[in-house]
Amino acid sequence: MLSLRFAIPTANTLIPSKNKPKPGLVVQSGWNQTDLLSSLPKRYDYKLQAATADLTDGRASMADKEVELPEGLSRELMPKHVAVIMDGNGRWARQKGLPASAGHEAGVKSLREMVELCGHWGIQVLTVFAFSTENWIRPKVEVDFLLSLFERALKSEMESFQKSGIRISVIGDSSKLPTSLLGLINEVEETTKNNTRLQLIVAVSYSGKYDVVQACRSIAERAKDGQIQLEDINESLIEQELETNCTEYPYPDLLIRTSGELRVSNFLLWQLAYTELFFAQELWPDFGKEEFVEALSSYQQRQRRYGGRHS
Amino acid sequence: MLINEDVLGRIFSGWTSILRKCVFRVLRVGPIPCHVAIIMDGNRRYAKRKRLEEGTGHDAGAMALLYLLVYCYELGIKYVTAYAFSIDNFKRNPEEVQKIMDLMMESVFLLARLSKVCSLRVHFAGNLQLLSADLRTAAKKLMENTAGNSNLVLTICVSYTCSDEILHAVEESCKEKTETTGRDDESVIKLADIEKHMYMAVAPDPDILIRTGGECRLSNFLLWQSCCCHLSSIFTVWPEFGVLHLVKVVLDFQHKYSYFARKKNAIMELENG
Repeated sequence: MLSLRFAIPTANTLIPSKNKPKPGLVVQSGWNQTDLLSSLPKRYDYKLQAATADLTDGRASMADKEVELPEGLSRELMPKHVAVIMDGNGRWARQKGLPASAGHEAGVKSLREMVELCGHWGIQVLTVFAFSTENWIRPKVEVDFLLSLFERALKSEMESFQKSGIRISVIGDSSKLPTSLLGLINEVEETTKNNTRLQLIVAVSYSGKYDVVQACRSIAERAKDGQIQLEDINESLIEQELETNCTEYPYPDLLIRTSGELRVSNFLLWQLAYTELFFAQELWPDFGKEEFVEALSSYQQRQRRYGGRHS
Repeated sequence: MLINEDVLGRIFSGWTSILRKCVFRVLRVGPIPCHVAIIMDGNRRYAKRKRLEEGTGHDAGAMALLYLLVYCYELGIKYVTAYAFSIDNFKRNPEEVQKIMDLMMESVFLLARLSKVCSLRVHFAGNLQLLSADLRTAAKKLMENTAGNSNLVLTICVSYTCSDEILHAVEESCKEKTETTGRDDESVIKLADIEKHMYMAVAPDPDILIRTGGECRLSNFLLWQSCCCHLSSIFTVWPEFGVLHLVKVVLDFQHKYSYFARKKNAIMELENG
């Protein structure tokens, strides 16, 4: 039905405009985060606890190591958990006339920078989608390179993770990974398990659907063994069995996907229920501090209602 | 109350209808999405902006959905899924909740009429036990009466969240497998076991998920089913979503179609392999 009302722009708002965030345009007047927290779905109960606990637990002592935030960003509105789909390494390499491996190496540099920024700005958990189950269909040469790149990066960064207080967790279907990589992953996870500054969760050979299926299998086993009754199965039980049970904050507040693609690609499905989505045009190797600030600024301006009303 | 049966006559007649069909004929030269899913956000903002009585925004939203159904029918889209009411929405003001439930009841009757005009199948996805007995009965009756229709399948997600849907599917799968006494591999839960118990099992995964109102989040809608679909967030509030918005969304889909088709095939190979 055609009418004059289509003067309203139809642009897809998932692709952000290039305007820089204005300082002061961060918090909506009358929006009280405490009011919102009290009406959260049950799965977000940790936010209520964290809001008071942060003042008293060890993380507050890291504040002296946290650097000044860029203008326009507020520490109180910083997301606790950021997830990233690191898309665009291949395209970046092709644009520069380089092999795909160069794109992935450049991607690792971008990741290093983002980990450092998250640590400085008080983000507690960073989950990155390094390798999906669908990526196994890529050429074997590329897959082997990616896995060896991951192994090299873990080896070379282990000491730096320890120094920076970063805890590493790896999630995904480990059955297809080479034994040497599996051994290294266990070693890194064990070595860094007591670090508290930032938890870096790397999703390798991961699929959101697979995560739910394996949780379901665990629950079925427990029901068959009589550990739980079928009536006891609830959302909380599923949450405990998902691979993100390795963290205190399993639900990302913000998901960033680079390279302009507008989809979630089977990443963290259950966990993304109320996550704010941000789609950046830049390819992953070009995603740096400025682009991250833009994503965080967009996040901090959003009104999160969790199905309710707050005005 | 903005919905009435005259609107059905108006949509299908007039020069706007002829013009619309011409535009759709051109669009159909390219690939058309099989399944479009919508988060109908912005009804309240629409009512506020137009200085309407509180609650009439939802009436306007229902009308917009009716128009969309007709457009999809004419364009050849086979499945439409609309997020009408989330389980989380029950915590809103009880008056607003009741207004929406009353509107849903009226919509059931209007959809029954529409289903005869264009062989529409209506399905309600969600935890229907949370609805009033009257609405639940009316919804089930409409589902039964339209089960044989196949031109267009409308799924209305009411009293729905995807985590509740997955929970229900997990419960059913566990129940099924704990009763299985066959071979070991038959008792292991697979992806297909969970998917067959989803409320959304009547439809394939969506090709496009549209959210109106400018927000960029899924709000617990089709998390499982939208894992690889194209996401589209439109600033326009839902009651103002019209044919040109739909055309733009379909053009976006056609632009990325070859990539989606490859991805879908790759995922199906992986899941079956």
